[in-house]
Order: sequence, then structure tokens, then C-alpha cells
Amino acid sequence: MSVLAAALRVRVAPAFDLAVAIEVPAGITIVLGPSGAGKSTLLRCLSGLARPDAGTIRIGDRVLFDAARRIDCPVAQRQCGYVFQHLALFPHMTVAANLRYGLAHLDDAAAGERIDRIAQSFRIAHLLDRRPDAISGGERQRAALARSLVTDPAYLLLDEPLSALDHRSQSRIMDDLRDWNRARQIPVLYVTHAHREALALGERAMVVDGGRIVATGTPQEVLDAPASELVAQLAGFENFFDADVQAVAADAGTMSCRVHGTSVDLEAPRLRGASPGDRVRLAVRAGDILVATTKPTGLSARNIFPGVIGGLRRVGPAITLRVDAGAPFEVHVTPHACRALDLEAGTAVWLVIKTYSCHAVAPDRMATMSS
Amino acid sequence: MTVDAGMDWGAIALTLRLATWVCAILLVVGTPTAYWIAFSRWRFAFVVESIVALPLVLPPTVLGLYVLVAIGADSPVGRWWMQLTGHGLAFTFEGLVIASVIYSLPFMVQPIAAAFARVDPSLIEASATLGASRWRTFRDIILPLAKDGLFTGVVLSFAHTVGEFGVVMMVGGNLPGVTRTVSIAIYDHVQAFEYGAANRTALVLLVFSFLVLVATYATQRRAWSPVAPR
Repeated sequence: MSVLAAALRVRVAPAFDLAVAIEVPAGITIVLGPSGAGKSTLLRCLSGLARPDAGTIRIGDRVLFDAARRIDCPVAQRQCGYVFQHLALFPHMTVAANLRYGLAHLDDAAAGERIDRIAQSFRIAHLLDRRPDAISGGERQRAALARSLVTDPAYLLLDEPLSALDHRSQSRIMDDLRDWNRARQIPVLYVTHAHREALALGERAMVVDGGRIVATGTPQEVLDAPASELVAQLAGFENFFDADVQAVAADAGTMSCRVHGTSVDLEAPRLRGASPGDRVRLAVRAGDILVATTKPTGLSARNIFPGVIGGLRRVGPAITLRVDAGAPFEVHVTPHACRALDLEAGTAVWLVIKTYSCHAVAPDRMATMSS
Repeated sequence: MTVDAGMDWGAIALTLRLATWVCAILLVVGTPTAYWIAFSRWRFAFVVESIVALPLVLPPTVLGLYVLVAIGADSPVGRWWMQLTGHGLAFTFEGLVIASVIYSLPFMVQPIAAAFARVDPSLIEASATLGASRWRTFRDIILPLAKDGLFTGVVLSFAHTVGEFGVVMMVGGNLPGVTRTVSIAIYDHVQAFEYGAANRTALVLLVFSFLVLVATYATQRRAWSPVAPR
């Protein structure tokens, strides 16, 4: 059980450099961030496919890279498992030959035993004689993962390899990976730009943006209390409002914010250091807003205000409402609720939002979560 | 020479022998050159590419002249060969091989380099992360995935060598059994007004060339792309 530790800086483009310091313990760590944030560059540096301009990379006690001491362990000797975005299974080889490829140092008997074992773990034993183009997308993902793991890597890097799969297939593969890793206890970095995966798949998460790590913590911590607009967007917040802090109730830990250009006041948990007059952004999940057809009373929720439904749209199993309540809100309701309340365009409604469903975000600052 | 000579089997055999040697040497020389061109990150790699492509645009007589001078009895190469073998290079089969190798170089290198460059880079990187050396990556991944390019290179340089005229004329002359290739033989026949013989030999070349191109294009059609979607 060892830790993958890196502190590195690399120029990606003339005006963009990646500068991060990370410590990845055993287990699955999700690396979240928008395209172009530097996630793939980070993985390429850790694997040795790209060379940082400065810094160090270590796995346990072993130094893989040290710019100052001119140490740069070649890719082939890093014992790094790497699953590529498009998997990079060798198309001219069977699945078995793909798995065998990284075991050149073993004789056929020893290699065969390892291949059989990993093929069982990742449910591809029946596919060993097939070529990659003759198996399904999910099976290819399993084969690629098994090919990286059969070599017993010291750490594993996954570059969005599962993004093409549905959520259930993804989590099944990740469950298999977690089972496999229970005995090995190696650090696993899983890069993705979709938030949904992160919630279910990792023990830890970090958010990369603009070449910096802007948040770290458990996936729940990173997603539930967004410290920056970026994290909020990744976490699937549909409603964003620019607002000014009107009043701060320090004892209650809340603050009242006026949405710009409206007379809508929203009460939100107090943002650290916020005082009246400050600009903030408020983020609200569409699924966290309640809809009522009469004015609700006797509720603990502090944000209750009237509006009119501008339109309805069915998105997957849910129904998305556009509600004009002084400010435009997106609200998600179930089809049942929609029928029961007889909701349609033009219906007058009341919106109810708990204080703790209003997430305040410092607009221009990428605050770090862990501090 | 008779009014209507028979088939030029001697010239045909000589031509096939020449083309076989040229292809064999070009495979050995051209494959590493193609590898270098496909994967070099040197900013002036295009200069090397241009040099390799030069025989495509240079008149064969010009190329032939330079080769003739370069292997002549007064040149270092010519003198070295003289010491080694006791005879000069010009107007010999060996001299012809050297000239033909240079002349057909781009026909071998370009298809192979293109095929190497088409190999999905992530396959090469995957090979490295699995512990493979550069040589093993080349042998087990790049080469098998580029085999259509190698086939095309061999076919094209073979055909190109069979059909060459100007370079042979300059470097080899017209010595039956030594440097008299098919195209020279046809030229001779026409000079001697032996149109029947010229026609028969030309037909052999035409059919051969057609078959070569059919084989090449058939291979390319079948070629499945090793490149993953990106």
C-alpha cells in the first residue's frame, strides 16, 4: 500500500500551465474538471507519457521523476496501469493476446494463470479468443481495464474510459475494480468531466480547473457545498443567480441576498466572510425546489414566493418547468406531481426553497474546498 | 539482330532480378527511414522528407548523371569498389542496383511512412505503459498494423524499377544480360523498326503493371483502419 505523490508544473500552451501538488492514497480518487482543465495532461505526466517542466513524482518510496535531480523513469518501467479514453486495445490481437502483452517477462504457464484469474474477475473469460472489434463497448472497457491490471501496476490511471457507457455498466465495472483493489490497495486516479460518475464511483474527489486543483475532499463534500461556480456547474446545478448580500444574520449563519434586477430575496447559508453589499452567486438544484398551487403555510423553508409557469418540457423521466417568479427558475417535478397539481403553462404556483438548498458561491474566486 | 526477334526473356529475367534486389534493399533501408520520418519530432524533418522525395520530380537523366559521377572510377565510391572487386561500378548490374534503389526510394518510403503515421498514437503509448521497449512496440504493434503500407511500398517500388528507363540508360548502358532491362529492350526494338517484338515485350510490361496496380488497390480497399475514433 503506497501513496502516489506528485508536485509538478508543466507548460501546456503559451498561456496555460498545469501546476498541481497531489497525494493520492490507495483507493479510487475521481479527478473532475471541464475539458481543457489539464486533467489529461496530469495523467500523462504521472504515467511518463509527458514530461513536467519541474517537480517530482513518487510512488511510495520510489522516485519516478525529479526535475532537479534529472531523474525521469521511462514509461515502460514505471509500472503504471493506464486505461486510455478510447481504450487503445490492440486491434490485430485477440483479447487474450492483449492481456498477454504486458506479461512478456512471464512464461506461458504463469502468464496464462494470471490472465485466467483477471478474466474471471472482470467477466471476460468467454471473450479471450475474440478480437476487440468483435466484442461490445462494455466488454472492451473490461478488457482494457484487465489488460492494465494483469501486470500488477503500482498505480492505475483512467482517462475517462467509461464515459461512453450507461451509468449502470459504469458502476458495475467500477465495483469490479474496487473488489480487485481491495487486496492490492493501489492508488487509482479516475479522470472524468461528468459529475454523476464521481458521486458513485470514488472514495475521494478532486476538481481541476485552469491547470489548478480547486477542490478536494470526498465526492459528497466537493459536490454538495460548491466553493466555486465551476464545481456547482459540474455538480448539476441548473439555477444560477447573481445577487447582492442584503443582510447577514451572523447568529443564524444565514444571509439574505437580492437577485440582481429583481425584487426576489433568497435566504442562503452565510458565505464565509460575506458582508452586506458583497456580490455572490447563488446556485440551486432544479430538483431541490418545491412547487405548490396554493400559498403554503407552516413550513420551515424560508424562501417562499409566487410565480407563473412559463412552459413545461419532458426531459427523461422528469418534467422541467420554467417558472417566472420575478427571476427565471428551472424546476424539476415528477410526472405524477405534474398531473396531481394540474400544472400547465400559465398556472400560478408558489416556489419553496430551503435555505440550505441555496448554495452561495463566490463568483470570481476559485476557493479551495478543503481549507 | 533478326528482323523480328523472339521474346526478350533475358531482358525480362534481368529486370525481375534487378527489381527483386532493389525491393529487398529498399525494405531494409526504407523501413527505418520511414519510421524516422513518421515519428521524428525534429523541426527540420521535412528537409529529409524532401530529399527522399527528390527522385519523384528529378528527371531520370539528371539523377542518372549524378549517380554515374558518384560511382565512376574517379569517385571515392568507385575507387573503393574497384579495390574491393577489381572492376568499376558504372555499367554493371551492381551500379544499376544502386541507382535504382535511389530512384525508387520514395516509392518505398512514402507508403510505409504514411502507414506508420496512421497507427493510432495511443496504441503506441499503451504498448509503452505495458512495459514494451521501442523495438518491441515497433515489431509487435506498428509493423503489423502498417503491413498494408509495406505491401504497397514493395509493389510500387518493384513496378517502378521494372519500368525505369532513363536512369538505366545513364548508369547501366545497354549490355545484354548485364544491364539491358525490358524497357531498354523495347527501345532497341523500336530503334531497329522491330515493332512486333517491341509490341510483345511492351504487352508483357503492360499486363504486369496492371496486375500490380490491381493487387495494390485491392489491398487498400480491404484495409481496415487501425485508427480508433477520436
